[in-house]
Amino acid sequence: MTPSEPPHGIDAELIKDCVHCGFCLPTCPTYVLWGEEMDSPRGRIHLMGQHVEGAPLSDAMAGHFDACLGCMACVTACPSGVQYDKLIEQTRAVVEREHPRPPGERAMRALVFALFPHPRRLRALRLPLRLGAPVARRLLPRLRALHPSLAAMVELAPPVPAHRTRLPPRVRAVGPRRATVGLLTGCVQGEFFPGVNAATARVLALEGCEVVIPRRQGCCGALSLHSGREEEAVRFARATVAAFERAGVGTVVVNAAGCGSTMKDYATVLAGDEAWARRAAELRTVDVAEFLAELGPRARRHPLRLDVAYHDACHLAHAQRVRAQPRELLGAIPELRVKEIAEPDICCGSAGTYNLFQPEAAAELGERKATHVLAAQADLLVSANPGCTMQITAALRRTGRKELPIAHTIQVLDASLRALPVSALTGGASL
Amino acid sequence: MPGDTLTLLADRLRGPLGDQWVITDPVRLRTYECDGLTYHRATPGLVVLPETAEQVSAVVRACAEAGVPFVARGAGTGLSGGALPRTDGVLIVMSRMRRILSIDLPNRRAVVEPGVTNLAVTEAVRADGYYYAPDPSSQQVCSIGGNVAENSGGAHCLKYGFTVNHILALEIVSPDGDIMQLDALDPGYDLLGAFIGSEGTLGVATKITVRLTRAPEVVTTVLAAFPGVAAGGKAVSAIIGSGIVPAAIEMMDALAIEAAEAAVACRYPEGAGAVLIVELDGPAAEVAGHFEQVERICREEGAFEIRVADDPAERAAIWKGRKSAFAAVGRISPAYIVQDGVVPRTALPGVLARIAELSAEHGIRVANVFHAGDGNLHPLVLFDDAEPGAGERAEHVSGMILDLCIEHGGSITGEHGVGVDKARYMPKMFTEDDLDTMQLVRCAFDPKGLSNPGKVFPTPRLCGEVPGVRKGVHPLVESGKAEQF
Repeated sequence: MTPSEPPHGIDAELIKDCVHCGFCLPTCPTYVLWGEEMDSPRGRIHLMGQHVEGAPLSDAMAGHFDACLGCMACVTACPSGVQYDKLIEQTRAVVEREHPRPPGERAMRALVFALFPHPRRLRALRLPLRLGAPVARRLLPRLRALHPSLAAMVELAPPVPAHRTRLPPRVRAVGPRRATVGLLTGCVQGEFFPGVNAATARVLALEGCEVVIPRRQGCCGALSLHSGREEEAVRFARATVAAFERAGVGTVVVNAAGCGSTMKDYATVLAGDEAWARRAAELRTVDVAEFLAELGPRARRHPLRLDVAYHDACHLAHAQRVRAQPRELLGAIPELRVKEIAEPDICCGSAGTYNLFQPEAAAELGERKATHVLAAQADLLVSANPGCTMQITAALRRTGRKELPIAHTIQVLDASLRALPVSALTGGASL
Repeated sequence: MPGDTLTLLADRLRGPLGDQWVITDPVRLRTYECDGLTYHRATPGLVVLPETAEQVSAVVRACAEAGVPFVARGAGTGLSGGALPRTDGVLIVMSRMRRILSIDLPNRRAVVEPGVTNLAVTEAVRADGYYYAPDPSSQQVCSIGGNVAENSGGAHCLKYGFTVNHILALEIVSPDGDIMQLDALDPGYDLLGAFIGSEGTLGVATKITVRLTRAPEVVTTVLAAFPGVAAGGKAVSAIIGSGIVPAAIEMMDALAIEAAEAAVACRYPEGAGAVLIVELDGPAAEVAGHFEQVERICREEGAFEIRVADDPAERAAIWKGRKSAFAAVGRISPAYIVQDGVVPRTALPGVLARIAELSAEHGIRVANVFHAGDGNLHPLVLFDDAEPGAGERAEHVSGMILDLCIEHGGSITGEHGVGVDKARYMPKMFTEDDLDTMQLVRCAFDPKGLSNPGKVFPTPRLCGEVPGVRKGVHPLVESGKAEQF
């Protein structure tokens, strides 16, 4: 493997696209919270411009970049087509290179990146998490005093199912085969929400797809890429491309919004090496809802008498522009009603590792989202990203008002295809 | 010297505002160097973000006592540099004052803080069948406080009037720091009317009582495609001439359509040299009757395709192109100037033809987007800022368009305000006596000239100074108190 240089610095041409109109302001979560120019996309682009022109990357400047959730709501809102997604990725890499972080922050980052992108290490955590969760929750206030990020980690950790679901390497299509696809199992999704992967494989099979699930797939690189760890992201991206090439599939179905948006961007991530960029371009990534909507329904939908509130994950709605398809899939289930949540464009505060590194702002955004979710008065919350699911669950718990069951879009569809009772979704046990 | 004054001022304001909301870091200050008009830039000496009227009052009082100029800023979307900061002054950012304080539907009014966005007011009452009528294209982001300062308009002002027609009362902080109430029902001089559109030169609004309008029974939006702007312009005159007052009549020319297509894929009819968006609202029977007339007139004037939208989603699709047009021009040009001028409606075809000539003569592309119903033009003058001299040429063409407006008996601004950008055109439109009279009004509110100085008037002068042509150095400069009077 030849080492290749990832693109360096912030592209001044991309900065020029911003005409300073301010249309991004009301959709930016941190501007919504604090109302400051430098914590808005327009302000951050201005700061990037200052840095490009020679202003040193001060603590203040880095702080405003770190405070960006990377939710990409501004990309949706921008009428001038500013590629803020590219800009913030480049900027984060510059911050990682040029900005020395204090030891505590450095240690915390090292811990997170040594853990989350590694399914096996996450797996090793399952038992202690399951046994230790009640104790850890009681220790929360003390943990928060020690390090707010540690407290956030404990608070966000989902209840871990007692048994791991092992998916077979290949799931045969039910009935005549309509397609063959690969399935990304992910890190957090695979270890903490194994039911989602199982449901994805079942639904795809029931809809006539042969599902290939390569055993040795690692992290897709999303967490690293969104945190400016370019080289690590490139390594993960290459390994993922190689894994699916070996499995012999041209299309990879992804059920985690953050992973999907990164994989769709592999050609850019791997642009530093022509051969890899070409290999990345040949692999088609598609979100599971997008894929199923495109494929069209074949299996019979059984009724589910449920009101569901659909939560737009930023990396699905903004980064991948997948908004209509999940609603379409849910809406096609007999007797199921889809309810909208107020402020759908504003991030819940999860944003990859944001709720670990910026716990205060994330908690505030989480509570704002929880309030809107409860106001929708649904029986079930549907979220298509494991990060959002954990974040909103924790926020709902903090509001102390109501435990609301949460499921992935695909789990609702799975329940409908298999004629399961509503309690399979709202009972919480099987999720 | 001014640096020391500002340092002292910052120290004084940290108490009442809190450390976090007094910004002195140079990198942070620079993010506030311009509003929506990036052509003019000045890094503010100090930025403060108050959360209450009392805090605004404390800031303004401190400025008044220290003799430091101050500028209020809302969302920073203005297009005339009205919120351009002063390097020797304080920028008062109102974006944290964004609570809707009360909604009174029976009396059709709401009280809001200045940082509330225009659209947020409508969203708060939409479910009850009401809305806030003035609708600048930036309504999802621009603040009500900024709307009051600029007397903002929008597409629907043709029928419903400008901001000034929808503000019932204001709480303001006067330029010496007093909190005062202005009410439309007050007998005597219409101080409320004087304050609205004063572009921040008479004080800072801290609480705004807006009128809520009942949503119409029916809204029908018509999109008519014409071969060119001349035909579209004639249709506009014919529609208004027939006695119909549409809620809005907007026109976009081919270049503006191209930009909007590139930005939001609005899918306007292919091959259109101009599109007209006509919106009709009111009781169903009236709208139906007017629609027939509008359709007939458009066909007679050469419309080759007409689309009609009755539901909100279809209407939004038609409006999407128009509402995003300004920023969308960023897709087809590296840089551009958004101009704002007014001509009598009947002069539209002639003025547009002349603009096209100017554009050709100077090799500068001009896209036209405008509120055709009231003759409010928004030519977008496109240029490449990387090309030497292009900026100056664009600025020149842009200025000639304003001259054209004045020649035809129009105005140098329809709704963006004078700000810093057009102060120099004021003497072309007004005589020295006119300007001096306006200055007297300003002096009555702000004798020290500290509230947003340098805006609206080309040559600020001392209050009490005898109006007339001034000779020699300004007394403020002579006494060492100012450098630029």
